[in-house]
Amino acid sequence: MTQAHGPSGRAVPRADARRLVAGAGCYVDDISTPGALHIAFVRSTYAHAAILSIDTAAAALMPGVVRVVCATDLERICKPMQVAMPALDMPTTSAQFPLALDEVCWQGAPVAAIAAQSRAQAEDAAEHVLVEYDELPAVVDAEQAMKPDSPRAVRGRHSNMALEHTFGTNNGAASFAAAATVVEQRIVFDRQTGVSLESRGIIASYSPLSGELTVHMSHQSPFQMRDVFSDLLGLPNHKVRVSCPDVGGAFGLKLHAYPDELAVAAIAILLGRTVRFQADRLESFLSDTHAREAVGVARLALDSAGRFLAIDVEALSGLGAYQAYPRGSVGEGLHMAQMVGAPYQLNHFRARLRAVHQNKPPTGAYRGVGQPLACTLTETLVDRAARAIGMDPAELRRRNYISAERGSHTTPAGLQMSAVSLHACLDTLLAIMQYEDLRREQQRLREQRIYRGIGMGSFIEMTAVGSAVYGANHIAVPAQEGCSVRLEPSGTVLCHSSATDQGQGVRTGVAQIVAQTLGIDATDVTVRAGDTASSPVGGGAWASRGIAIGGQAALLAAEDLRGKILALGARILETPAEQIDIADGALRGTTTARTLSFAELANIAYFRQHQLSAGACPELSATRHYVSRGFPYLTANGMVGCLVEVDIETGMIEILRLWVVHDCGRVINPLLVDEQIRGGVAQGIGGVLYEHCEYSESGQLSNGTLADYLVPMAGELPDIEVAHVASVATETSLGAKGVGEAGTIGAGAALWNAVNDAMAPLGAAMEQQPFSPDRVLRALATAARARKAAAVAASANIDPVNA
Amino acid sequence: MNATSKSSVDVAFVVNGSAISDKVAPRTTLVDFLRQRLGLTGSHVGCEHGVCGACHVRVDGTVLRGCLFLAVQADGAEVQTIEGLSASGEIADLQEVFVRRNAMQCGFCTPGMLMIAADLLARREVPSREAIRDALSGNYCRCTGYQSIVDAIEEVARARHGLAV
Amino acid sequence: MLEQAGDGAQILAGGQSLVPTLSLRLSSPSLLIDINRVVDSAPLERSDGIVCCGSRIRHVDVERSTLIREHVPLLALAMPHVAHPAIRNRGTPCGSVALADPAAEIPACALALNADIVLQNSIGRRTVPAGEYFIGLYETARLPTEVVVELRFPEAKIGDRFGFVELARRRGDFAIVGIAAAAQVEGDQIRNLRLVIFGCEPKPRMSAAAHAITQGLKFPELPIEEIAAAVAAELDPMENSQGDAAAKRQQAYAMAKRVMWQLNGRAA
Repeated sequence: MTQAHGPSGRAVPRADARRLVAGAGCYVDDISTPGALHIAFVRSTYAHAAILSIDTAAAALMPGVVRVVCATDLERICKPMQVAMPALDMPTTSAQFPLALDEVCWQGAPVAAIAAQSRAQAEDAAEHVLVEYDELPAVVDAEQAMKPDSPRAVRGRHSNMALEHTFGTNNGAASFAAAATVVEQRIVFDRQTGVSLESRGIIASYSPLSGELTVHMSHQSPFQMRDVFSDLLGLPNHKVRVSCPDVGGAFGLKLHAYPDELAVAAIAILLGRTVRFQADRLESFLSDTHAREAVGVARLALDSAGRFLAIDVEALSGLGAYQAYPRGSVGEGLHMAQMVGAPYQLNHFRARLRAVHQNKPPTGAYRGVGQPLACTLTETLVDRAARAIGMDPAELRRRNYISAERGSHTTPAGLQMSAVSLHACLDTLLAIMQYEDLRREQQRLREQRIYRGIGMGSFIEMTAVGSAVYGANHIAVPAQEGCSVRLEPSGTVLCHSSATDQGQGVRTGVAQIVAQTLGIDATDVTVRAGDTASSPVGGGAWASRGIAIGGQAALLAAEDLRGKILALGARILETPAEQIDIADGALRGTTTARTLSFAELANIAYFRQHQLSAGACPELSATRHYVSRGFPYLTANGMVGCLVEVDIETGMIEILRLWVVHDCGRVINPLLVDEQIRGGVAQGIGGVLYEHCEYSESGQLSNGTLADYLVPMAGELPDIEVAHVASVATETSLGAKGVGEAGTIGAGAALWNAVNDAMAPLGAAMEQQPFSPDRVLRALATAARARKAAAVAASANIDPVNA
Repeated sequence: MNATSKSSVDVAFVVNGSAISDKVAPRTTLVDFLRQRLGLTGSHVGCEHGVCGACHVRVDGTVLRGCLFLAVQADGAEVQTIEGLSASGEIADLQEVFVRRNAMQCGFCTPGMLMIAADLLARREVPSREAIRDALSGNYCRCTGYQSIVDAIEEVARARHGLAV
Repeated sequence: MLEQAGDGAQILAGGQSLVPTLSLRLSSPSLLIDINRVVDSAPLERSDGIVCCGSRIRHVDVERSTLIREHVPLLALAMPHVAHPAIRNRGTPCGSVALADPAAEIPACALALNADIVLQNSIGRRTVPAGEYFIGLYETARLPTEVVVELRFPEAKIGDRFGFVELARRRGDFAIVGIAAAAQVEGDQIRNLRLVIFGCEPKPRMSAAAHAITQGLKFPELPIEEIAAAVAAELDPMENSQGDAAAKRQQAYAMAKRVMWQLNGRAA
């Protein structure tokens, strides 16, 4: 990127913001499809059952109903989903049919579909479908699922264990044995779900005459879905078009292929017409991919100077009944295990992941994908160590962070790190928090029995994850991104990007990069994305890749186009290219006074070739793709700080202040980046304070409404102060790293530490999230009992251990 | 009101200044009617149980949740949606500041937020940030963390009262 | 109309609790009776020491009313806790009392003030004092054929004190435990403390212990810890995902202390 001034790096408003504030967004449910049928699903009410029979007779006769569809109707049209990851040595998982065939393995699994003239009529009819179930033993708890005598979540499986994988080596045992201090932290993470405000939706049209399937869907990865539909529905890839309009939030849950959405596409083929489905909020809670369910136990060995020697991790990840297709669901567990301790210098590292199936909905990708869990485990462990050795937690971190000078290296955990800037982030955080003042005030308030806590969470984040994961596992997920640019006759630029946008503003970032390179205004670049019919083949959006990878592709394409503009301009102006400047949408000779606007150049190229001297037909477009090579991901880093007050009488927690310091390399648009960070923080906070999917012992979800599954609203969060440290990524010429998940990764850890810090004088600590008030009270009560017992023993002069 | 049971009821009301008349099933919510019958898709459906605030519309000057109000109840009323508020220019300053400050990401909650913001600003002196957060407490946003939305509303409130922003 | 339709009919007032049950397919009434256009329901007005709130009065009307702030200050204290602005624009106090959700604020205030609830059907009107109206979980003295047409709140007298506290997970959420308190004061002595707990039991309940302990005492000499402990001990909470009995008693204890501090610090 050449110019010092220009749109890149500036707070440029998004082009689509104007539409959105006028209510002119176009989400899947807004698309009008006269004559289309609406689908409602009959879903399993049991977590595990055999399907004995499905009686659709009454439903089929109800008003507006065109067809009632069961698994057998789709057998010849649709293959089942079956996740396989050969590179991970994981046995092929069970087949998951779009409509359950003879077994349901999670409450909410689609069993039958009604196609009717309206959604309401379809739902009316769904109430009259009679399914006869034979309830089977269900295994709901992940720890139970590991036991050899546990019921199998899916019949016929040899075991519930999907994957056992170890990172690092076992030779840290000596470190632990010889260590001056060993601390252990166990955390139970409850299951969560993404809760995008726009639910999942799909419109599928099949034309028997042309054999073409056209799909509009709320999704992050149109090319992946094109491949999924083509493969499972037996259609040639080029006969499938997937287009993603405005998407009302995704966060990873719209990255997967869902049985109900696959059923909709299959039904379109079955009926040879247009059918549509929009999940309502209840079925979203039941059937969106879930996340986070895990138990982690981490141990840290330190020497007498407080230096970290080794980390050992046992991670258990609950996957649900099936893995999400096509990417699998083990990513969360793998990251959770591998990334514990990532910010710190270690001699030894070992982490074992066991990922198990259970009779719950499949889990999938959700913002951060395991990294929030790793960060929380790590940072609570570090604070525990700080308390154990009587050192300030900030100081303990300072002593043990990987230094910036270390540069690129591979850690004992097998992480390929770029240079980090953790010390710089720590200094910045302590400064903006006014850390010393906070500690003094904390002490003063403790004397008045007001319990405030200060917590920090430092994190390394894998962004812009590349192709190694998918291609090696034969998963047709494009992990490269592409960008096509062309100069329009009006002198503006039209750009098609394979990076998709669900609100993060990727299209605006791409416009800024293209504008900067071509010396035009960002408002003169139009970016389109999300349609396999017109976008270059590429991945879409996940793992904070949009600008890092998609932006790099845009930069390359724009540089190519710039070269072509310059070459043609040189011919027209009869001036050598080196003597031409490009700025403000025009070419100017540096030694002559001759100028040529982009519009004029384009008109000559497109409409007035006769004016050109003999030679090749000029092209004013370019397409480039970019895949990260040489690095599997770009590591970014940062810290979150948190100040809380715990009401020890009611168990309520109030977040008083939040700070984030983040290094994402080059910032293309501070307006977009800061709100991404804040939105991520809110989701991290949500998981620690409010959010969990509550399942009964028989696998029934008890809190499947927005009134019962609590998400943070405006009244629950303070302002979030964001500061940046900028070390430019050297792996790409763009120099930008990903940022979308940073807030989520670090905020949970900071909040955990703040709450435990607040309760530390009382000897209490939390062990499970979310921190509902009754769990806080229970932790305090447990600590109070322990204090009382110790006091009684002391006063009676009895040694409580050896009595 | 007629005591006999009807499968559809005649309704007539004004939407964004235009008179409409139609037959509706009693169970049809106002937001579904606006979206499906009138193509006014700016009001969004996020939960259908009155919690998320994506469906806010104005009926006879009062902001309410369109998913908790039946279309038949709008008979004889004046309904305004985000499209109407936008076309009339009533919220032009709010929209401009929302755009400039990027007080949205995916945009799905935005119409509901703007309806509540317009209501808040029409009634009060310059609200504190605390009061703004309180007014927004029934509007769910998953993308932003709310701060840019609070910033935008605060700026517009101050500007309307001639205060420095 | 209610009588004709029998079991299949439901009253539509604010709709903020009823309509979600339709969307969630939890209830399918064959007939909805919309009382929002009923002309002859009373406005918000004050006469003879009573403030009347008719069936068409919305929460927001009460929230913004200077009449309420001056003469029924307990309702003014409670209103900001009732759901969210858009809900308050439609929901009604009469509807709230008709539904008698255990976590609702208005029923608790009605009980704390010993308001009268006026019920009407085709046979006529009758008045039930709040103390006899709330019977069980969503169970009230209202007959299926009756509509709550009016709430009659006694106005505050000089010296009366009021307090309201609510513990909820988030702003506007259903109460885990809440307390609406009204103290009638004569001279400097408490003549009648009605401290009503709501949120964690099937219906709002006045604390007999708080009433007994405080009778005849002056504010500065109130044994706040003892009162709060008694309130907590009396509690028979429903156990649910909000917490077990021990947690709720602990929280009730804390909230009882806080409402007593409010009463202590506040004179009408």
